[in-house]
Formats: sequence, C-alpha cells, structure tokens
Amino acid sequence: MKKISFSLNGEQRFVYITPNEILLDVLRYKMGTKSPKCGCDTGDCGACTILLNGKAVRSCLIFAVEVESQDIVTLEGISRDGLTPLQKALIEHNAFQCGYCAPGMILSATELINSNPHPGEEEIKEAISGNLCRCTGYQPVIDAIKHATKKH
Amino acid sequence: MEKLKYVGQSSVRIDGKEKVSGAALFTDDLEFGPDLLYAEIVEGPHAHAMINSIDTSEAENIPEVLCVVTGKDFPYNFGLYMKDRFIFAQDRVRFFGEQIAAVVARTPEAAKKAAKLVRVNYSPLPKVLSPVDAVKKDADLIHPDLKHYEHVPWFFPKPDSNIAHHRKIRKGDVEKGFAEADYVLDDTYEVPRYAHCAIEYHAAVAKYDHSGRLTVWASSQSPHTQRNLFASALAPMGITHNDVRVIAPHVGGGFGSKAGVTMEIIAAAIATKVKGHPVKVLWNREREFYNTYQRLGVTANLKVGVKKDGRITALHHELYWDAGAYVEYGANVVNAVGLSAIGPYRVDNASIDSYCVYTNLPPGGPYRGFGYSEFLFGLESHMERIARHLGIDPVEIRRRNAIKAGDLTAYGARMNPNGLQQAIDAVEKEIRWEKKLVSKDPDIAIGKGFSLFWKAPAMPPNTSSSCFLKFNEDASVNLLVSGMDIGQGFLTVMAQIAAEVLSVPVFKIRTENPDTDRNPYEWQTVASHVTWGCGNAVKLAAVDARNQILALVSRTHYFPVETLFLEDEQVKCMTRPDFSLPLKDFVIAGIQMEDGTFKGGPIIGRGVFMPEYASTKANPETSQGGHPNVHYTVGAAAAIIEIDRRTGKVKVKKIVEAVDCGKAINPDLVKGQITGGILQGISTVLYEEMKFDHRAKMLNPNFTDYKIPTSLDLPDEVVPIIIEVPEPDGPYGARGMGEHTMIPVAPMIANAIEDALGIRIRSMPITSEKICLAILDRQKND
Repeated sequence: MKKISFSLNGEQRFVYITPNEILLDVLRYKMGTKSPKCGCDTGDCGACTILLNGKAVRSCLIFAVEVESQDIVTLEGISRDGLTPLQKALIEHNAFQCGYCAPGMILSATELINSNPHPGEEEIKEAISGNLCRCTGYQPVIDAIKHATKKH
Repeated sequence: MEKLKYVGQSSVRIDGKEKVSGAALFTDDLEFGPDLLYAEIVEGPHAHAMINSIDTSEAENIPEVLCVVTGKDFPYNFGLYMKDRFIFAQDRVRFFGEQIAAVVARTPEAAKKAAKLVRVNYSPLPKVLSPVDAVKKDADLIHPDLKHYEHVPWFFPKPDSNIAHHRKIRKGDVEKGFAEADYVLDDTYEVPRYAHCAIEYHAAVAKYDHSGRLTVWASSQSPHTQRNLFASALAPMGITHNDVRVIAPHVGGGFGSKAGVTMEIIAAAIATKVKGHPVKVLWNREREFYNTYQRLGVTANLKVGVKKDGRITALHHELYWDAGAYVEYGANVVNAVGLSAIGPYRVDNASIDSYCVYTNLPPGGPYRGFGYSEFLFGLESHMERIARHLGIDPVEIRRRNAIKAGDLTAYGARMNPNGLQQAIDAVEKEIRWEKKLVSKDPDIAIGKGFSLFWKAPAMPPNTSSSCFLKFNEDASVNLLVSGMDIGQGFLTVMAQIAAEVLSVPVFKIRTENPDTDRNPYEWQTVASHVTWGCGNAVKLAAVDARNQILALVSRTHYFPVETLFLEDEQVKCMTRPDFSLPLKDFVIAGIQMEDGTFKGGPIIGRGVFMPEYASTKANPETSQGGHPNVHYTVGAAAAIIEIDRRTGKVKVKKIVEAVDCGKAINPDLVKGQITGGILQGISTVLYEEMKFDHRAKMLNPNFTDYKIPTSLDLPDEVVPIIIEVPEPDGPYGARGMGEHTMIPVAPMIANAIEDALGIRIRSMPITSEKICLAILDRQKND
C-alpha cells in the first residue's frame, strides 16, 4: 500500500492505495465521493468526469497513484458554496431526466465555461460530446448551458 | 372547463436540485459498511449446452471466499408472465453468458479470482439462432419442459415446440377483403435486436438478516413486482411477502431494462446463503448488453390490400419474434403486438399471427415501445409504398385510413377518443409537407418522410396503483407512491396533481422513490401508464384528504360543507368571503373548540385506482371479446433528411412530432420525452447494431463498438407538438406518452430515404453501408 495525498474539493486528503487502483474507485469507495459515476469503465461514457487541475478528465482511465499532490474537483466541490449559475440554469430548463450523467456533464461544461465564458452552440456540443446521455436528446442540456453563458 | 393552477404548468422538476448538485444517490452510491460482501458471476461459454458437472472446490479454497452457489442451491423457476427462468442455469445453458454460478467473497478481487476457478463441464447442443429456423418441425427444443411452465391465462404456448406464445387475431373476412382490393402489397421486414443502454448499470444489494428479513436495494422500475417475484421464487425456503422489502434509490435510466426481475434475484438468492451480510451484485457494461433484457428482434411478413383511393380492405400481419432464451417478460411484447399490429388504422378485415419464438440468444424483454417500434417499421414503410404505387399523397393515405374514436380495434373493442387527425394536420403543416426541397449540391439528396404511431399500455387487466398522502405541520405534504422516477419526471407530475387538488404549491410536496414497506402498492413503472394510473390514485388520495379537511371545518365552524373550498393553502367559504383558515393551523394539530377540546387530527388521504373495465378474457382463436388494452395514445411525425450520395451518410435536418397525451400535466416534461425519444429512435435506425459471432457471443457489448448518439449527432431542429384530446378516465384527461416518442422514427427515416433516393430499405438499421450498397445495386440494374 502506498500513501498518496492530493487536494479533493479544496481539502487536503490522503489515502492508502495499491498502484493498480483506479481513481474513480478510490474516490467512490475509499473517499466517499459519490458524484463521479461509472457507466462503462472504458472511457466511453464520461459519467466519471472530474476536474484534474481544472481540466475535465475521465477518472476511470486514471490510476489513483497519478494524482499525488494534484488538485481534484468533483460535483460535490462545485456545489459546496451553493449552486452555480450553470446548475441553476440546468434546473430551470429541466435539463436532466435520470440525472446519472449529470455530474460528468456539469464538470465538462464547467471546464468549458471557465476557459470560454460565452461559448457558441457548436463549442457547447463539442465540450459535452464525451458525456453520453440516453434520456434527454442533449438539447435541453445545451439550451441550459447557452442560457447560463449568454452575454448580458 | 375548470381553471387549473398547477396542472398544465411547466414546473421545474422536484428532483432537479438533487440531480444537479450531486446529492442524488443511486444504488451503488449507498454505503453498506465493512461487512459488505461481493458476488461475481460465472458465465456459460456456450449458447446451448447441457451442464454435466460443476466443480467449485478450487474456488472455495481462495482466501476471503465465503461460498460458491450454483443452480442446485436454487432449483426454482420464476418469471413475470411465464415461469421459464432460473436464478442460475439448472441442467442446461440457453444463451452465451448465462449465469451458472456465483462466488461470494470479502472483496471484489477475491470473488473475480475465484470465479475463474469454477470448473464447469458441458456437452454442447445444436443452437437455434433465428426464429424462422426455430419454428421448423425438426428444430431442437430449447425448453423441452415448456408444457409444464406456469403462465398467465392469456398466453398460448405450443407444447413440444419453440413457440412460447401465439397471439392470433381474426377479425372480419380477410379473404373477402383481399379479393375486393385493387392493389395488394406483400413484403417482409426485418428488425434486429437492440440494447437499452441506460448509463447506470443494474445494481442490487441484498441482506438476509438473522431475523429472517430479506431487504433488497435495487436499481429498479418495479419494486413491488420484484418483491412479489422474490417472495414467490424463494417461497420454498420459507420466505414470504412479509419478509421481503425492496428499497429503490434513484435509477440511472431504465427504458424497460430495469422492469420485472433480471439480475436482482441473484442478489436476493445469494443473500440467503450468507445470512447477516449485505451482498452486492453489480453488473458491468458488457453484461448490461447481454444479460439483462434485449429488445426482441422480429421478422414480419405483411400483406395489405387497398382500394384505388387507398382505403385498406384487408391486412395480414405475421410476426416471428426472436424472443431469446427466456421469454417470461418478452412474451407479453409479442402479445401486445399481436393485439395491435393493424397500427393506428381502421381495418375491418384483419388477421394477425404473432409468434413468440425461443432462440439461443439473450432473453428478449421490455424496451421502450414494447414491440410497437418494431412492427410499425414494416407497417409505416408499407403505407408509404402503397401511397407511392397508387399516386396518393403519403399523408393523405394515412388521413383516409386513420382510426377514429368509436372504430373497432383489432380485438373488437371501441377506440378511445383521440387526436390523430389533429396530429396529422399539425405535423403536415409544420414540416411544410407540400414543399419539395432540392439541394444545390448535386451530391446531396433531400427527402421527407412521414409516419403515424400508436401504442397502448400492455398490462394485466388488474394492474393497480395506489397512494398515501400525509400532511405535515406547515401544510407541506408527503406523497407516498410506488411508481419510479426513472427520469421521465413522474414524481414531479404526481406532485402537480396533488398540488392542484389541495391548492398547495408544488415545491411544498415531497415525493420520493419507494420502499415497499412504507409506500403503497404499484404494479410497475412500465407501459407509459403511471401518469394515468398512479396519477388517478394520487388525485383520489388528494380528494380524500380534501374531503376530510372540508368535513372537519364544516363540523367545527358550522358551514355547510358544500360552501367550503381550498385556495392558496387555506380553507375558504363561498358564502363568507371574510373567512379563511390556513391549512397549517390544523392539518396536524386539529381545530380547537370553545370548550378547549380539539377536533380532527393528522390529515391522511388514500387513493386506489384499477381499470375495472379491462379484461383479457377472449376467444383465443380470434382474440375477440375482451378489453385487453385500456386505451391507445396516438400521434404523427415527419422528418427532413439529407443524404450524401457518395458516402450514404444521413443527416437529420428537422423532425416534427405531435403526440396526443390527453392533457400535458407538465408540457416541458412532455417535450423532454419527445426530444429524448426521437434521438433514441434515430439511434436505432441509423447507428446501433449488435454483432454476434458463430458461437452467438455478442461481439460489441461496449460503447466503443455499439454506438449511441453524442451531442454531435443531433437533428438540426426538433419541433414537439402537444395535442390534448382528453382521456375520459385519465387524471385531468392525461394519458401516457413516454415510450411513444421514439416509435415513428425508424419508419419515417426509411420513408425519407426512399423519398430522397428512390431506394427502399426493409431491414434495420439503415447504415450508410446499406444505403451505398442499395445505390450501387440500383445503378447495376439500371
């Protein structure tokens, strides 16, 4: 077992792991951070998306040992100080149905908004194209992101 | 017309905040403590084989393994409509990947390691992979015991064959109808299997505690049906309904895959062998594809006769369903289609033969649309072809034949009030049907396609829903129901119905997914029936609560009860405008009288709904005489597509879909179903395709090789249209519409392809490759 430490949602945390443990499993089963979900285990569905040093990545494709001393944000971290304008817009647009893809989708959109505060529709589609959703047909999600990022 | 305040509003979902904040917990998010055990499944590597022996000794010796269970531990049949399924394979395996045994261990790693060491000796048998082969006289039998299986009285299995059910319609005089026809089109359509692809895996955790209590936490569309099937299957072990409790957290998508019972019973059964421990069974993406349910495949022979004006004189529909290795649920898909395969048309002379055929492929079962997408691919392709042959506009031929309220359905009951004509008109107008579009780019062909759709809930006639409603001190409400919010927004809609009756704002009504110990009975969340069925129960519960409130105030304030009403969380009186009594003052505490005593007490409403007119009792040779379907939901849709002639790639430009939901309790959620359902429909016709190898092993059980759409695959424009012709027995006139939205998509895309290129493709999916080959084929023949 190896001890690693990293910042998780703004708090310095440590955990004992074996080198072959997947970050998604460590977050979910060892650290109690349940918002990243597993939907494929092969990097196809995006339900496990987290922010690693601000970049949206799939936590099912990363070994936990790789995140030593780095900064991780999950949906729990985004929601900690109340809902963001993006989250509020998603509620107003009834953007999600079952909600299983929501944590990953929101982090992909958050990365986009952080780097591009007023994205166009094609940029939004591109940003969430790695997050599969079987319920909504994506349009309500896209509309909500557009609404949250429009210029006032 | 009553004025509605909450019903008909696009309220935000009551679970919205939970889902966007990360608060929503799904089954695998729940914590079960350090005593949790993990089960790993041993799968059979043959599509059809006898099991000679199973040696578990080596697996049992792995450290941290508690036990290995096999079919011998649970020699029980189970199933929803026909008891043909087993918790673990008994003497034979019937599809590749079927569960043979399970290892229970302290860690997932130990369970996985040990599962590889379970030695099974098989004698392979010939496999039967197509329904057409399976019905041949000399076909190998997949279920030699078919004649001994218990089943519902409306199934008709053929003993000593692979036909598990045959639904037969005989209406009018079909021979005479064809003789009167000016034109008869006879052809075959093929629709293969599909996977649901809910993003959340199936997951179940079960605990059989030392008091004999069996609790199962499951990602489920059917908590009460699961309780019933667990208790029935495990009854020989002394387990009763009273012992079983099913708790359903949030569900990450269902689409039918989490209806009935599939892998959940493995957790329930295993738990009885490791008393006191919670044990988790978690599926993975591969098993999601090949060991839950798949949508059934079908080969449909369709013959339709028409007069010169396009009016249908006769229809014969013969459907051979590839229902898979176990049909305990899937046989009812076959039944539903058997009753409805005339489509949304008035057909006086009809015969239908819908055959449920066992094959050595994964079990076929419920999938959004319940067979209607499959048969309407053929029927709506056929109607288009007939129109083109006769030189009649494809919309007009549908309008002329469209079923109307009061017309006789295939089984002889009267069609319910419906807005099919309005839907046709609305879609025709919005898509600008009359306007021929031509691309400036010679490599791009543009086409338009049209399709009607209909679907009835397929349910036992005594399907019921119920509701408890209780007030809290602040006049907020808890609504206890057992329908599931699988994403469609069911709970929000239930809250809106209760809000309307009680004049309490939607945000003050809390309603969550159920626990069968606490929440009253609901059959299942399937068949697009819960807005209608459970909505009725909720409305009745709210009316019950309202009646108690008004009776109490009448008793304490001496107003005639008929002068009292609820408004803005208060009781008011028509004859005394100055009177108002806030609900929060008395719905728990009661009302104090002058002598200091209190009257009343906590207000608790109850509501139960069962469609007491439904019946499956009919002549099995004709299906005439019963009332198996409570009503049909209908609609129309049209598409504009562009095809690149060089690559065969289809781009969907615009889709218009009108659905008659009776009353949109929440229009935004209705539109959400349309947007989502259309993309799922596009996916089945253009992208998704299962591949099996020579062993009948599925080759692409993953999202890399089995493509579902991303945000880059959307139609340019989707226009949802809501039609509201009330359902007489629906809450505020509502009827279901969740499944329906994907049903017309495949045929209308096929029709648009014919419009664009003049080629007719009669099998799904319609891939670019298939289109290119058809273009080349035509060039060769020209």
